[in-house]
Amino acid sequence: MSKQIAGKPESMSPVVTHYCPGCSHGVVHRLVAEVLDELGLREQTVGVASVGCSVLAYNYFETDFVQAPHGRAPAVATGVKRANPNACVFTYQGDGDMAAIGTSEVIHAAVRGEKITCIMYNNSIYGMTGGQMSPTTLMGAVTATTPYGRGPEAGMPYRMAEILATTPGAAYVARTHVADVGNIVKTKRAIKKAFELQMKGVGFTMVEVLGNCPTNWGLTPSESNKYVTGEMLPYFPLGELKDVTKEVPAGVHA
Amino acid sequence: MRAKLELQENHCKGCELCVQACPRDVLAMGSNINALGYRPASIVDPEKCTGCKACALVCPEVCFTIWQVA
Amino acid sequence: MAHEMELTMVKGNEALGEAAIRAGCRFFFGYPITPQSELPAYMSRRMPEVNGTYLQAESEVAAVNMVLGAAAAGVRVMTSSSSPGYSLKQEGISYMIGSQLPAVVVNVMRGGPGLGNIQPAQGDYWQMVKGGGHGDYRMISLAPSTVQELVNLTVQAFELADKYQNPVGILADGLLGQTMEPVRFPEIKEDPGPHTKPWALTGCKGRGKRIHTSLELSPEGLEKHNIKLQAKFKVMEDEVQFEAYKCEDADLIVVAYGTAARVARAAVDAARQLGLNVGLFRPISLWPFPSAALSGLVDRGVTRFLDVEMSAGQMVEDVQLAVLGRAKVDFYGRTGGIVPTPREILNEIQKVMGGEAK
Repeated sequence: MSKQIAGKPESMSPVVTHYCPGCSHGVVHRLVAEVLDELGLREQTVGVASVGCSVLAYNYFETDFVQAPHGRAPAVATGVKRANPNACVFTYQGDGDMAAIGTSEVIHAAVRGEKITCIMYNNSIYGMTGGQMSPTTLMGAVTATTPYGRGPEAGMPYRMAEILATTPGAAYVARTHVADVGNIVKTKRAIKKAFELQMKGVGFTMVEVLGNCPTNWGLTPSESNKYVTGEMLPYFPLGELKDVTKEVPAGVHA
Repeated sequence: MRAKLELQENHCKGCELCVQACPRDVLAMGSNINALGYRPASIVDPEKCTGCKACALVCPEVCFTIWQVA
Repeated sequence: MAHEMELTMVKGNEALGEAAIRAGCRFFFGYPITPQSELPAYMSRRMPEVNGTYLQAESEVAAVNMVLGAAAAGVRVMTSSSSPGYSLKQEGISYMIGSQLPAVVVNVMRGGPGLGNIQPAQGDYWQMVKGGGHGDYRMISLAPSTVQELVNLTVQAFELADKYQNPVGILADGLLGQTMEPVRFPEIKEDPGPHTKPWALTGCKGRGKRIHTSLELSPEGLEKHNIKLQAKFKVMEDEVQFEAYKCEDADLIVVAYGTAARVARAAVDAARQLGLNVGLFRPISLWPFPSAALSGLVDRGVTRFLDVEMSAGQMVEDVQLAVLGRAKVDFYGRTGGIVPTPREILNEIQKVMGGEAK
């Protein structure tokens, strides 16, 4: 007798992704898909794709999907969820999409406590457009638009999860990374909790996942994962920044 | 053999993360080129696989299927 | 709200809201901007009474994208704004057209450009009728000139949006939005609902997954998509609507829409009393534009048109295109949020017709 313990989740389409070799987008897609499988949500899920490397996410999830304009995924998700409160609705965005052009949409979705789950893949760069600086690019980092390294004139990288955790409507906000085996397991745990709380109607849920961009960082997949743990982690601390099931801060309706 | 491991080589992009993640040297990079144009990983020592799933966890293309053998 | 078919005095903006509810719309996403603000305020009061959803978004951009999401989920949905806010909605409109999603989008026009002012104007004709957003697209745009017509066209807009899986625009202006007139509302209709839409995103239970996207990376694929959209727009051209008032024997025809047409009608009546053979041609659908009907008037022998707008001259270009140089087209417009008076238009009529008065 043998029991399958790993493989393609039912919520993932049987195709090869367009992502570069070693890019962790595929890992995060798989974790979301496994969570949808385990919670039995696949057939009631509507995903919202963003603009950036993950624009084609709808090709990789075996669920209904709508593709949003750049940064607007949380607004589109709001429309879907309000129209169909029984649906499981999630956005899949990058740091450029959520932390730059979509700052307003995600903050207000959180403020309203929209019962959706936003996944932000933070690799501190615009991947699809060719490796430009994003709001989360580390100081000194060389990108296509910071050829001398990111200097103070371009501002400091900011921490989206921390900001969202301060909004009263947020039920669960966590930051994790997927650069090693143990943290991939922890990331899945966070994503699962986010979806569970969404479906319980507790409030807005968000998981910021730190990941690599081997191509635009000019590193091998293995080196790029070391950049995540060595360079990004000190600036973007991990943890559950907000979990209303654990404590109820003043002024928040759990 | 404690686990049965299957690798879908034609989806592999040769990122090598699975080879580095495997604690028992079950995997190595192959010498062939697959249809995608990459040099895929391959299973070189299946008997040693314990089913720890490290390869499956790090693989961005979900190339691995693993069965626990009772 | 009044019982069905009872005549009630209602302000344009509120009548529009009630008409949307009667058309089965239960989702409204908006953002405050004058002179359409009574509409979201009305919806915020009325939607809870019919188990509908009113949501005030953080911006027009967010509002139109909430509309996109709700439309993708398969429900009747509306948003409204005024000129500067409508500019912001263009992004979502282009995406909805690319993704073939139906919705009703209202623009209660005010003076521009830029922040302009909050007085009634018609400077958004190009924006509503010629596209405004990016890419090749068309959208049925309906321009009522009375509150009753605003009600009727709003109901129709939801039907047309569903029929063509395309947004439909309602083009009003600050005056119509603020005007109170007696109105008869139709009976309340149910939203046909997501289950009647074989494309609605309802979760893939018992079927394959459905995707709504406006992205198509292959040039051949995107051209094919465009050809399909253009074929649909071609069919939409049949939805042309206009009113020809005293045009049968007219030597000069005034062309105007919306509020400008209300004033022009009074000017035409006054001109008739002076013995001038003047008619009013009022496009109701600004796209599709009633070009064939205008051209037919030229065939009948009309040689002069006077286009009147509360703009520096936008629709006049479509009038010129319709007559293709076969008739003279004059223009009279006021900008800045100024509504021309019947006297001004009558003066223009007399100027254009020279000494033709009997």
